[in-house]
Amino acid sequence: MAAKKTTSRTRATAETMAGKQRDISVSEFFAKNRHLLGFDNPRKALLTTVKEAVDNALDACEEAGILPDIEVLIEELTAPPSPSKPGRYAVTITDNGPGIVRKQVENIFGRLLYGSKFHRMKMSRGQQGIGISAAGMYGLMTTGKPMVITTKPGKRKAAHHLELAMDTTKNKPEVTIDVETDDFPETSSGTGTRVRIEMEARYQRGKTSVEAYLEQTAIANPHAQITFIPPEKAAGGPALEVEEVSTELSHTTELADRYIFPRAVEELPPETEEIKPHPYGVELGNFLRMLKGTNEKQLAGFFKNEFSRVPPAVVKDITSKSTVKGGKTLTGQTYVSTVDHDAAERLYRALQDSKLRAPPTDCLAPIGVRQMLSGLLKGVKAEFYAASTRDPAVYRGNPFQIEAAIAFGGDLPGDESARVIRFANRVPLLYQQSACCSFKAVVETGWKNYSLSQPRGALPVGPMVIMVHMASVWVPFTSESKEAIADYDEIRKEMRLALQECGRKLGTYLRRRQKMRREGQRRDVFSRYIAEIARSTSALTGDDEGALLDALLKQAQARTAIADAELDEDGNYVKPEKKPAEDDGVIIVESEPSPAQVEAKGNGEAASASESDAGRGLFGTDGESVPVRRKKTKSRSRARKPTRPRA
Amino acid sequence: MAKKTTKKVRSAPRTRSKDAADRDAKTQAALKDLAGGIAKSALSGVEPTFDVPTRSSSNTNWNRKRGILQMGDAASTRQIFNLGQARKFMQSLRHAHGISRLIDQDKTTSLRGMFYTGLGDVHDVGGKKVGEKTFDDQTESDAILEDLEVTLGALREELHIFAKKRGAMVGNITIEDSGDTIDCRKMGSGGYAIPSICEPDRVKFGKCEADFVLHVEKDTVWQRFNEDRFWKTHNCILTEGSGQPPRGVRRLLHRLNKELGLPIICLLDCDPWGHYIYSVIKQGSISLAFESERLAIPDAKFLGIRSNDFERCNLSDSVQISLNDRDTARAKQIAAYPWFKDHKGWQKEIAKLLKNGFKLEVEALINIDISYVTETYVPERLAAEDWLD
Repeated sequence: MAAKKTTSRTRATAETMAGKQRDISVSEFFAKNRHLLGFDNPRKALLTTVKEAVDNALDACEEAGILPDIEVLIEELTAPPSPSKPGRYAVTITDNGPGIVRKQVENIFGRLLYGSKFHRMKMSRGQQGIGISAAGMYGLMTTGKPMVITTKPGKRKAAHHLELAMDTTKNKPEVTIDVETDDFPETSSGTGTRVRIEMEARYQRGKTSVEAYLEQTAIANPHAQITFIPPEKAAGGPALEVEEVSTELSHTTELADRYIFPRAVEELPPETEEIKPHPYGVELGNFLRMLKGTNEKQLAGFFKNEFSRVPPAVVKDITSKSTVKGGKTLTGQTYVSTVDHDAAERLYRALQDSKLRAPPTDCLAPIGVRQMLSGLLKGVKAEFYAASTRDPAVYRGNPFQIEAAIAFGGDLPGDESARVIRFANRVPLLYQQSACCSFKAVVETGWKNYSLSQPRGALPVGPMVIMVHMASVWVPFTSESKEAIADYDEIRKEMRLALQECGRKLGTYLRRRQKMRREGQRRDVFSRYIAEIARSTSALTGDDEGALLDALLKQAQARTAIADAELDEDGNYVKPEKKPAEDDGVIIVESEPSPAQVEAKGNGEAASASESDAGRGLFGTDGESVPVRRKKTKSRSRARKPTRPRA
Repeated sequence: MAKKTTKKVRSAPRTRSKDAADRDAKTQAALKDLAGGIAKSALSGVEPTFDVPTRSSSNTNWNRKRGILQMGDAASTRQIFNLGQARKFMQSLRHAHGISRLIDQDKTTSLRGMFYTGLGDVHDVGGKKVGEKTFDDQTESDAILEDLEVTLGALREELHIFAKKRGAMVGNITIEDSGDTIDCRKMGSGGYAIPSICEPDRVKFGKCEADFVLHVEKDTVWQRFNEDRFWKTHNCILTEGSGQPPRGVRRLLHRLNKELGLPIICLLDCDPWGHYIYSVIKQGSISLAFESERLAIPDAKFLGIRSNDFERCNLSDSVQISLNDRDTARAKQIAAYPWFKDHKGWQKEIAKLLKNGFKLEVEALINIDISYVTETYVPERLAAEDWLD
């Protein structure tokens, strides 16, 4: 035994250490680790703030059955003194949601991890309830200014004006000002909430900007109207009256003082059902906690009411399987309180081994084929749009549903990689693209099969925007800042299948279009020589030149009839007498008639090429209506009415 | 016409034989048939087509019995509604029309002339120019004319088209060309330029004392023979074809051989090219297989240069031109021709050439003495009847 070395310095003892050990407040933790929530840098902080506020607003509106009308205002209070330093900005987001009752305001905006969304299995944008309060905390930390909330919970009720600071050590809000006010804008619903946060930030345009976020939000939420007033426009005097944009086809428009992402569909997404967890998605620890926390007295009730898809037959089966010799006999009637740890674990294993039905899927509200198309149509200037919604699937016991859409051609840049826009529960994901499951699914899809070029292991190249949406009660993000979807095989597979569905439609369209062009060129070639052939033949035989020409022309047209064909939305030829089948979620924006088509119309006479309508600027900023053939599309999602009674 | 101010000076009318008139009537009928078929199909809603006999090696057969190359029955259909053929279809008809006019006016023109006759702008059905010429260049036009020849079954002469003339002739013969009497004994140093059309109604043979025809490959050698008055001393006719003889020369040789019974003796280079010229004179060529009967001379003889002449004539090493890879390949190809394959003499000849590894031009003999070829080489060989046939 070696002699114990004595240390000169007094080491900490359990007692002294105990003196330093204390609760860590969640808000304090996040104040130190703000990058986990997406506040790593001033630029991202601004985006995250807007994002959290808009997400909350959309969630609230939808839950209340109100068509969302959201205004985002960013004011520049102090310009960034140098490119490396942040400036000071005020972000104000106003919605027409149901408002918030006075006593909940502090909790919702002032406490981290407080909310309605964490404990339930329901599809919503927010999940944990840290978003907006973290934004407020960030603002408070960087500027010392409290968050300003104005909310009007009832049509005839006065609006409340609150200023909210936050005690990060106690995770408790501090209300500094609380008054009733008349200063609240008229909203369509008569209710609403406005949040104003002052913060150090940087406003910048680009791929990961507030603008891009709102644009993509508008695509995934065609039922929402979003107004965006960026700093350069916010300074521009009094707000103009919003002109009513009432065309069937609305496009994103830039006005002198604001951007408007107009509403493209007039119905809200269907209300989703809250579901109980599916056993396959529950871990042992969770299971034990649920067992402990349940109000149910007996196992049968516990399994029936705390889980989905555990019928009595399964309960009978697993309880008998979990009964061991010498131990207590377990049945459905066994009291929950008498189940010990070992028995619980056996029950859990038996449950995992039993064959269970997939979780119910009425908890999911996909965007829908028609809505995705409307969203893309207004946001992306393309010529071909296709969308598809997969049937719901399950990963780790969580139901999810994948949707994909493609916009191709038109004004999109043709020599660049396709742009991938990603959504989770209708929220755009702007960061960490390459870490995202959806990105991997796009790369994995063989776009070459659909007449597109695709370098090895990369995105396809072409004038294309690819949209991938995942709807789920629980979207598995790779981090708390909700930037990328985790790479589960089941999810990736569904994404790939959805993309392939869209790709097939695109491929068909492209091939048909190519064929039409080729036929047009063929006709062009034939009709070019026919006149000369008729002339020479007639000179040799004495037949009438005109008669010969007509006869040959008729043949040429019959042989290249495909060139005249119209393509329907599935890329099939439209037979003039038959209406195209109503299906499949494709929109084709008609392009100008090909020269061959025009030429072939004039039978011997000079062809009139003037029929191509002039001024066909697809995206004229003047907001003209654009000749677009939009057919009714059948959404694949079952039409569900929001039947849930509202409190 | 009335608007024109310049007065058109009519060319002097040519006398036209009855043969020629019959021939023209036949050609016109063929042209009308071609166009008539197209018109009929068009008006009855069927795609107009016409058949063009295939001019390719696969459709060329060697008639062993007659010793000539003949065209087979294969034909390709030219369609109007075929992207690759529409333009050719148009060009064929345009040329057909041009030829018809040519015959009506009783004029002949060259291939180049035909190219210009057919040249024009392409107009679409609306009569608008599409910015395309009916013919881009003469090669396009030439190919169409060759197609028309085989399609109509008419010879180029019958279409009133002549090729560029090439080749010369001197010797103990008098001929009548388009009514002019030409004494080939008095042609000075230039000789009688052999026209491209040597049909009986154009070129008639008069008095002929010659015993044979000596055909040499090119002008330089021919000049040597003419200067040395070889045709006088050996009582023959001397012709030259400037390399591969054009069909005028071949037709004339054929007629001298068939009509006057003169043997045709060829003096060509000792290389695959010379052998091929001999092969064409003797058997006909693939591209003109349809005319072989009127061009090929199966009993033409190959006098030299022979591959063993290097040793026999004691030639110096410096006149050797080494064979390149292409020559070697070509020689092997020629050796495999059906008419050479079973010919021991030719097999030996080509084997020796390949073994030598060099070519010999006729001019090589000049290296010994300027007139060695005319005074020694050819006379000796003729006397010994030392030739390949």
